[in-house]
Amino acid sequence: MSTIAKKKKAVKMDPTDIVQDLLKKYPTKVARKRAKQIMVNEAEGATTPEMGANVRTIPGIITMRGCTYAGCKGVILGPTRDIVNITHGPIGCGFYSWLTRRNQTHTETDADENFMTYAFSTDMNENDIVFGGEKKLKQAIQEAYELFNPKAIAVFSTCPVGLIGDDVHAVSKEMREKLGINIFGFSCEGYKGVSQSAGHHIANNQIFKHVLGTEGAVKVGEFKINLLGEYNIGGDGFEIDRILDACGITVVSTFSGNSTYEQFATAHNADLNTVMCHRSINYVAEMMETKYGIPWIKVNFIGAEATAKSLRKIAQYFDSPKLTERVEAVIAAEMPDIKTVMDDVRSRTEGKTAMLFVGGSRAHHYQELFNEIGMRTISAGYEFAHRDDYEGRHVIPEIKIDADSRNIEELEVEACTENYNPRKTEEELKKLEEAGFKFKDYAGMIPDMPNKSLVIDDVNQYEAEKLIEIMKPDIFCAGIKEKYSVQKLGIPLKQLHNYDIGGPYAGFKGAINFFRDIDRMINSKVWSYMKAPWQEKPELSATYVWE
Amino acid sequence: MTLLRHTPVEIKERKALSINPAKTCQPVGAMYAALGIHGCLPHSHGSQGCCAYHRSALTKHYKEPVSAATSSFTEGASVFGGQANLLQAINNIFTVYEPDVIAVHTTCLSETIGDDVPQITDKARQEGKIPEGKFVVSASTPSYVGSHVTGFANMVMGTLKGFSEKTGKKNGKVNIIPGFVEPSDMEELKRLATAMGVQTILFPDTSGVLNGPLTGEYKMFPDGGTTVPELRSTGDSIGTLALGEWASAEGAKYLDSTHKVPCKILDLPIGLKATDRFIDALRMITGRHVPDLIAHERGQLVDLISDMHQYFYHKKVALVGDPDQVIALTEFLTSIDMCPVHIVTGTPGKKFEARIKEITKDSPFPVNVKALGDMFLLHQWIKNDPVDLLIGNTYCKYIARDEDIPLIRHGFPIIDRVGHQYFPTVGYKGGLRLLEKILDALLTRIDRDAPEDCFELTY
Ligand code: SF4
Ligand code: SF4
Repeated sequence: MSTIAKKKKAVKMDPTDIVQDLLKKYPTKVARKRAKQIMVNEAEGATTPEMGANVRTIPGIITMRGCTYAGCKGVILGPTRDIVNITHGPIGCGFYSWLTRRNQTHTETDADENFMTYAFSTDMNENDIVFGGEKKLKQAIQEAYELFNPKAIAVFSTCPVGLIGDDVHAVSKEMREKLGINIFGFSCEGYKGVSQSAGHHIANNQIFKHVLGTEGAVKVGEFKINLLGEYNIGGDGFEIDRILDACGITVVSTFSGNSTYEQFATAHNADLNTVMCHRSINYVAEMMETKYGIPWIKVNFIGAEATAKSLRKIAQYFDSPKLTERVEAVIAAEMPDIKTVMDDVRSRTEGKTAMLFVGGSRAHHYQELFNEIGMRTISAGYEFAHRDDYEGRHVIPEIKIDADSRNIEELEVEACTENYNPRKTEEELKKLEEAGFKFKDYAGMIPDMPNKSLVIDDVNQYEAEKLIEIMKPDIFCAGIKEKYSVQKLGIPLKQLHNYDIGGPYAGFKGAINFFRDIDRMINSKVWSYMKAPWQEKPELSATYVWE
Repeated sequence: MTLLRHTPVEIKERKALSINPAKTCQPVGAMYAALGIHGCLPHSHGSQGCCAYHRSALTKHYKEPVSAATSSFTEGASVFGGQANLLQAINNIFTVYEPDVIAVHTTCLSETIGDDVPQITDKARQEGKIPEGKFVVSASTPSYVGSHVTGFANMVMGTLKGFSEKTGKKNGKVNIIPGFVEPSDMEELKRLATAMGVQTILFPDTSGVLNGPLTGEYKMFPDGGTTVPELRSTGDSIGTLALGEWASAEGAKYLDSTHKVPCKILDLPIGLKATDRFIDALRMITGRHVPDLIAHERGQLVDLISDMHQYFYHKKVALVGDPDQVIALTEFLTSIDMCPVHIVTGTPGKKFEARIKEITKDSPFPVNVKALGDMFLLHQWIKNDPVDLLIGNTYCKYIARDEDIPLIRHGFPIIDRVGHQYFPTVGYKGGLRLLEKILDALLTRIDRDAPEDCFELTY
């Protein structure tokens, strides 16, 4: 493969043949492995075969994935503003995770702490690698403490740290005792696990262990929830907060968009956990239920209808006519504007096709938004999700723990002797369930995908280009690494990690932003400029000859 | 509200904590250099995270596709070594992506484990995993040594080691190692050499690779880049000009000591004097006359300096970036009577400080300089002694906004503006562009701040 040119029309091919085409060029071993992660979605009723996911990326195959450190330090702890996050390692890892994820945060004044604009690192040198970096780490923590006086310091391990045997947990403990502030470490070396997903888990486990539940209640409110798995990319969290606030719902904590240490510490005071990104945090919801008795539900604020549905679900849980009324009023007030834009955009996007390869939930959630403007998803897949994110939570018991998952700690959690408090009685729960209310339920991406669409896990550069060549989507959604190779083909690429510096896309206002951006991208004039006049019509016609 | 609100005015020495780095790690430089080989796929031997980060960083800087593969280490590879991963990667890459060359660089992880990449490559060759006519070159790039600039230098060296040959028959060409500069700069260096009638082998050459056109066609291996025959032939050249001591000297010295290709190490030709030295060196090595065209461009640069001198005179500047760039910029600014007063590079090297002190020794103001420094320190210096202009990469915009200082983006990475891909800062034309940018920044500020009574129409 080297050069691919845009073809005018999509080739009509049977999806099964497309899969064969994708695999054709691979060495046998690679083809066998990839075949397990590529499937054709079957019509309702037919059983979908097991989806290969959360398995190793094949060396040499250009993947979209990043590492555990990126998932831990970048994704989960990145959006928390008042913890001093020190990367223990050589400079690169810390540098690349410096402000690069578009997490927005809101402070009232300069007196509010915000360390998100800073990159802290021990910048290990050769000497530290040979003789160990613990001393330097201690000194770095000391210096950070003296300079900034933060309420908490977190330490992140990069690849070499694990190998040279630095014990970040022991150092953190020692310094915690010495300085009297909360200091904790993460064993998030990049080689652990097979993707960012392992890093999310490691991050969340440590927050659960070291921060969650350590402070009393602060936020008051009648309907208190936590929003789990929302990272405030491009202000998504602000928009969701705006809507929830309008409904009279109090967000005790967000994990971890626009968050603070205190939010984590007091999260056990919420009465409902709502999970946005199932992949990165469902286990925290589970642990919180066991420990504090807080039930959890899956929500989705991507898509206007999905947002409305999620709000209604929250209202139904709290079972308060007042709340229901307010939620309905908010939905009724927001919908007309959305409808106007939606209908207008739809007139230009109806029938167009999209491909989405990103993250652990967005490749699913964003299909909603495309549906709303009449666009069909012809292929999608996650970068780092697990089987349950494809097939639904019912497969969790079947998932085999392999060598790569085994090194991610599973916390043993029991009911908290002080703070365990079941939020609903058995009867109330039963009543809700009878009314069709589903707790801890996530059916995954596959049931929502059109028949005969292709589901592909950990898609790589080669497959992506092949797919585009064969199926020619009108838009491709992925990340920065994929953006420009796809666009060279004349196909717009919407980044669903950083939104191309657009957004917010969540909630009601977000839906409007998204519709407009997709309209702008798909219908941009630029795609018609790729050929110069002399390339379009190379022949020299007589009329052009000077008399 | 301020963005860097926790940065105190008072400066305390830090021994262990780096804050807001002014450098990044070796592999990204190695990846960049490897992209300057035609038909090459860079390969990162380590966990996949580094590769993802490096590709993202380069992509954001250029707004262009950056392909690179990784050995995708897992815990097992980290314990038992990455040989199996690399062998498999080489086989997969040649089968699926079909590059002419794979340029392997290491990461902190594979270095800490102690993987011997040349030995693994030999094994791949013996096992027939490297097809006929295809190549694997490599460089050792541990990030706990040096910086991204070191990585660039190491990959330049690794590539020359892998390819350069001496046939005994001189090719009449001059090797130019352009330094860690932009594709536009590389293009400009070639233009100048061509104008002088000098045949060159410029390596690495990312022009045409990282500033490509949009045509509806995607070429994983674009038309640009130094070709394998050219790289081979570097051992037969009449001489090598290494531009920038940090990024280019090693490779040039290698060709000198191994193939007796004499080398001259110059500063990056940024600004009047450094460009003069570059052109003059080309003239001396090849015995060519400098054409009027180049003398004309030089004259234009001198003209602009003279026309606008009053706006440059004694303006204080803070500068941060890579050593080769910062040295050249400091000289240029000093030569037009601007005054660099706070100068930081994140890359280590005592020589840097000595060189800067030498260039600025007649400055009317005290000068702060630090190698292995960071932007936190730079910001503190600025708080203590404010400046009129800040020059550095995109991250400087946080300082610029907090302190209300005009910023000119220069260096790596620039991820919030474009232009560096297309418009050079080397050569006399590059000097003109830099001055245009400086004036635009300073004069826009005057326009913004001037009271209505004395708002000027003409500058
Ligand atoms: S581990 Fe080393 S090579 Fe990888 S990103 Fe970090 S500093 Fe760079
Ligand atoms: S060194 Fe490890 S932790 Fe750092 S970026 Fe690379 S894979 Fe991630």
